[in-house]
Amino acid sequence: MIWDVHTHLSGVPGDTPEDRLARLLEFADRMGIERLCVSMGMNWSHDPPPDDLRRQNDEVLRAVTRWPKRAFGFVYLNPNHIEVSLAELDRCLRDGPMVGVKLWVARHCNTPELDPMVRRATELKAVILQHTYIKTTGNLPGESTPMELAELARRHPDATFICGHTGANWEMGIRAIRDCKNVYADLCGSDPTAGYTEMAVRELGATRVLYGSDAGGRSFASQLAKVLGADIPESAKKLILGENLKRILMPMLKLKGIKL
Amino acid sequence: MNARNTNEPAPDPSQEGNSASTGAMLLPSFGGVRGGFSRRTFLMTTGMAAVAVGGIAFVEGRAAQSSLKPKPISIGLVDTNVALGRWPFRRLPLDDTPGLVARLQKLGVTQCWAGSFAGLLHRDIAGVNARLVEECRKHGRGLLVPFGSVNPMLPDWEEDLGRCHAQYKMPGIRLHPNYHGYKLDAPVFVRLLHLARANGLVVQIAVSMEDERMHHALARVADVDLSLLPALIKDSDAPRLVLLNWYRAVKGDLLKSLADTGNAWFDVATVEGVGGIANVLTQIPASRVVFGSHAPFFYYESAWLKLAESALSQEQTRAICADNARRVWSHS
Repeated sequence: MIWDVHTHLSGVPGDTPEDRLARLLEFADRMGIERLCVSMGMNWSHDPPPDDLRRQNDEVLRAVTRWPKRAFGFVYLNPNHIEVSLAELDRCLRDGPMVGVKLWVARHCNTPELDPMVRRATELKAVILQHTYIKTTGNLPGESTPMELAELARRHPDATFICGHTGANWEMGIRAIRDCKNVYADLCGSDPTAGYTEMAVRELGATRVLYGSDAGGRSFASQLAKVLGADIPESAKKLILGENLKRILMPMLKLKGIKL
Repeated sequence: MNARNTNEPAPDPSQEGNSASTGAMLLPSFGGVRGGFSRRTFLMTTGMAAVAVGGIAFVEGRAAQSSLKPKPISIGLVDTNVALGRWPFRRLPLDDTPGLVARLQKLGVTQCWAGSFAGLLHRDIAGVNARLVEECRKHGRGLLVPFGSVNPMLPDWEEDLGRCHAQYKMPGIRLHPNYHGYKLDAPVFVRLLHLARANGLVVQIAVSMEDERMHHALARVADVDLSLLPALIKDSDAPRLVLLNWYRAVKGDLLKSLADTGNAWFDVATVEGVGGIANVLTQIPASRVVFGSHAPFFYYESAWLKLAESALSQEQTRAICADNARRVWSHS
């Protein structure tokens, strides 16, 4: 069972969200990937205004509604628009089919403005996928690091966070989240540098590591290689490829009556 | 040239939930309990069936559904992008040559063009190349072909190049212009190309070794700027160039103009995006693309799995996996 925690409707051809998810699923099928978590729309902006935020979520809703047994939607929120984001959380997740939250680069995630969104998502049993990067060349103005996510996670010990990309500079990212048991490492969206998954399993334990691709911008294949090529036990690979994600999504899936 | 899967049907929503979980016989099986791309799908999408018919050994394997170990065997794969030794900034799981060779053999590689990580920073390049040759001889099991490093910013670099050719009988050399501190418009680089051609050497240029965003803060090295290269290699007296790890640095017109020279080939190690290799083939012919893994810096499985992800024809697969590299070598 392979579940991909991190995919998008960008970087893949198609005029509509449905077309794009169809294309993603073709590639996923080739690689044996059963389910995709999808977030953000066909065109992105770093700090989407309310209309754009709703448009992007609408596109994901269209796509995942077409393939409810193959794709899960994550609602995209912007901490620079708290009230709108809380309303989107209700619309797309509480009252809609989405199962998780996606936060990108609009605002550093350690700022207190995120707290109401995290509290509400946790009440709804939603996991929160926060993009993180540590770029030697310099992060975007609002781009979070794993160190900042760790701050947020310590303020919200009951919430479940997924550290998107694990900072990409993974030797630092893994260390940053090591003592936060409510933070999971998402392997996606960086080059398939050898040793990444071995270190994640050694320092975090296999139960806290998740396979993700960041497709369509990234290849499913190059990111799968991080797990399949790693020198770790097969039991750990199974956890990382799907069992961990299934476990942390299960409270939400049960709540929504989603049968697997 | 591949039209990038345009004839493939879109998934049928009425069949959702089935396509990734039919659990058919698996060739390279990674799917575990329910997933895995089926052997049949793999053969169809990569053209491996015809490769097998064509006589290249390709041992079918039915992987246990519970197994997550890759089980491709042999397709006569030539890997043009491997490096031996230690990466300066971390230990890599396969940075011991015997371990690396065992893994590559297991995964079906029959020949590796091997450079040296030490070639990036060491000044005693002659020593680096001597050790590379010895390592390949001692542990290579006939798999490793040494590609010596040449740094034209060092005094008497011509002697290093000459030894690669005359003493070690190497088919080619590997260059790191960014780590060695020269641009491709430097006269010494033009002279190096001339000497390489005169000695019949393939020239590999490692455009990058690591995503620039991930570099150690004290060792930031920009990707090699290839914008001047087409003009340098457009003539028939240019050497054959294999560009490694080029994908982030070479786009659009530059990619096409390099390919149009007829003297440049491109490896697949850093090619990204869903169906990435097929996307590249919409821009340049398959005859210009060679297999390269960038192992052990990258997980070897990345390059290998990308072949499966793209729906390549049998001719494209055969060309990329082996024929193009053999042609590059044979014409050097």
